[in-house]
Amino acid sequence: MTLSTAKPAAEFRALTRAAVPPAVATAARVLGRRVAQAAGVVLLVSTACFAIVQSLPGDIAFRIAAGRYGYDQVTAASANIVRAELGLDRSVWIQLVDWLSGLASFDLGNSLVTGASVAGELGLHISSSLQLAAAALVLALSVGTTVGALAAARPGGLLDRLTTVWVSAARALPPFLLGLVLILLFSVHLGMLPAAGHGEANNIVLPAATLAVGLSGLFARVTRDAVAQIRQSDYVRFAATKGLGGWLVFLRHVCRNTGVTLIAYVGVQVLVLIEGVVVVESLFAWPGLGHALVHAIFWRDIPMIQAAALALALMVVAMNTIVDLATAAVDPRPRHKEAVL
Amino acid sequence: MTNSAAMNQLSPAPARASKQPQWLSGGTATQLISAALLAILVVFALAGPLVWPDHAVQDLSRFLEAPGPGEPLGRDHLGRSVIARLAHAAQLSLLMAVLCVSAALLFGTLAGIAAAWRGGWVDTLLHGLSEVFIALPALLVVLVVSAIAKGDIWTLCLGLALAQWVEYFRMVRARSGLILAGPAVESAALLRLGPVHIVRRHLFPELRPLLTTMATFGVGSSILGLSTLGFVGIGVRPPTPELGQMITEAFPYYHEAPWMALAPVLVLTAILIGLLGLRSKESRA
Repeated sequence: MTLSTAKPAAEFRALTRAAVPPAVATAARVLGRRVAQAAGVVLLVSTACFAIVQSLPGDIAFRIAAGRYGYDQVTAASANIVRAELGLDRSVWIQLVDWLSGLASFDLGNSLVTGASVAGELGLHISSSLQLAAAALVLALSVGTTVGALAAARPGGLLDRLTTVWVSAARALPPFLLGLVLILLFSVHLGMLPAAGHGEANNIVLPAATLAVGLSGLFARVTRDAVAQIRQSDYVRFAATKGLGGWLVFLRHVCRNTGVTLIAYVGVQVLVLIEGVVVVESLFAWPGLGHALVHAIFWRDIPMIQAAALALALMVVAMNTIVDLATAAVDPRPRHKEAVL
Repeated sequence: MTNSAAMNQLSPAPARASKQPQWLSGGTATQLISAALLAILVVFALAGPLVWPDHAVQDLSRFLEAPGPGEPLGRDHLGRSVIARLAHAAQLSLLMAVLCVSAALLFGTLAGIAAAWRGGWVDTLLHGLSEVFIALPALLVVLVVSAIAKGDIWTLCLGLALAQWVEYFRMVRARSGLILAGPAVESAALLRLGPVHIVRRHLFPELRPLLTTMATFGVGSSILGLSTLGFVGIGVRPPTPELGQMITEAFPYYHEAPWMALAPVLVLTAILIGLLGLRSKESRA
């Protein structure tokens, strides 16, 4: 788009908008979109949880009374007290507004099973999940980029073909099967690593490795394709022609441009990572959000379901926001197309 | 984007005489092998339950019986026939996956065309909804929906479909927007050929190859999602056999009865490999 083809009004807008630095404008647009997304996610998940409450068999007042006073103290009278106090006899819509406004004041409620405040328990779950996701991501990126860069050095070579096999195998093996295989191999047969638990340093190895195997194959392929493409590009050839050393070409041109592709791709893989976290935590009894969510669903502990689901979904939005901002920072060229994800 | 399949998706597809999707009208060796593998699995899933009808009959005296004549895969920890359970589980997985993908594809495509065609508030509303769904991991959607009715098949199906419609919606909306703004559709509109004609002659031929690819992929992720739920223990309710749940049940006995654990694992990976192999020569999205 050149200015000459634009309408006068658009031209005027374009000229006045130039007062704001483009980087700031990009960041503002990204943040605006993500904040709206986060708000929508909260609204949707919370309404879904409210629907679960409404659809539950039995009387929710009795359940809450049981959570409060213990199962042996539940009587019709105590259930009625709860019903009156929480307004469970009002219309569904008023209750929904009430439910959402409770959430808006950051009141996540108490667990129906343990009776403890959900917000208090959430801290440990979030930090465990983040720890696991970060370990897996670092592992996958370091292995994947190294293998990918080496594979790109000799396209069609042995390493390149091995990477392809590895990517296909990793995609055909679901995470939970992969985890089982690793448990059998390293815990049961070799006895090298613990299969479950949390707190010791080596507890994280197997769950993180399970997540990383699938991701690293994909990262390897993306790195390989990007490096191979960039090494063919005009600017790399020009840099080599003007006599820039091989290492400098690699660092300044190949690495930076591969980085742009990789960062954007991490954004695409965030969903896969978070799904993997849920599965792997359940398998290895890792006390994170996914583990908490599955248990809460099993026990129908709605406040906990809501909190864990919200935390996981907002984690996705937060990671994507970071990826968007990082992409804009590494590659400041203006974009006319909105990102697909 | 290097091969003819990808080119086909980019250029306006000519009205092909054959009604077959791309992967049936001649393919690579990989694709043929994958198609054959899938065909065997489908036959097993559809005919198996007729050959071995009772999967729930327990005979505790035949606890962990090794494979033999009449019982090609032996018996499990409750003395139930493993092959019967496997056939029923494969049937459930395939039928559920096809059902979920069909529902998601239908709704996503209709919503996508509606958004691109009508624009305005319809587009704003649907696009806003898709923005929210795109941030939710599919597994999370299925988990939360499954909490409504634990292990109820219809609820699980609804969850899987809800998790998938958004991909079809976003693709169809983007592509339809381009096609509807093109000169061909403009001419058709000027000739008063009507919306049915535009969908049939302009939108459908363009969208079909992409939708086929996405659906193949969707079947795989549905089967995987279902077995993951079964594996974690909040999937289909226990007397009904399901691949993921069978793997979990067999795991404690894998030393005494490896066939019991390996059978569902092999069926699951064979389905996934077959589906991956089908799209081996297609563009990598």
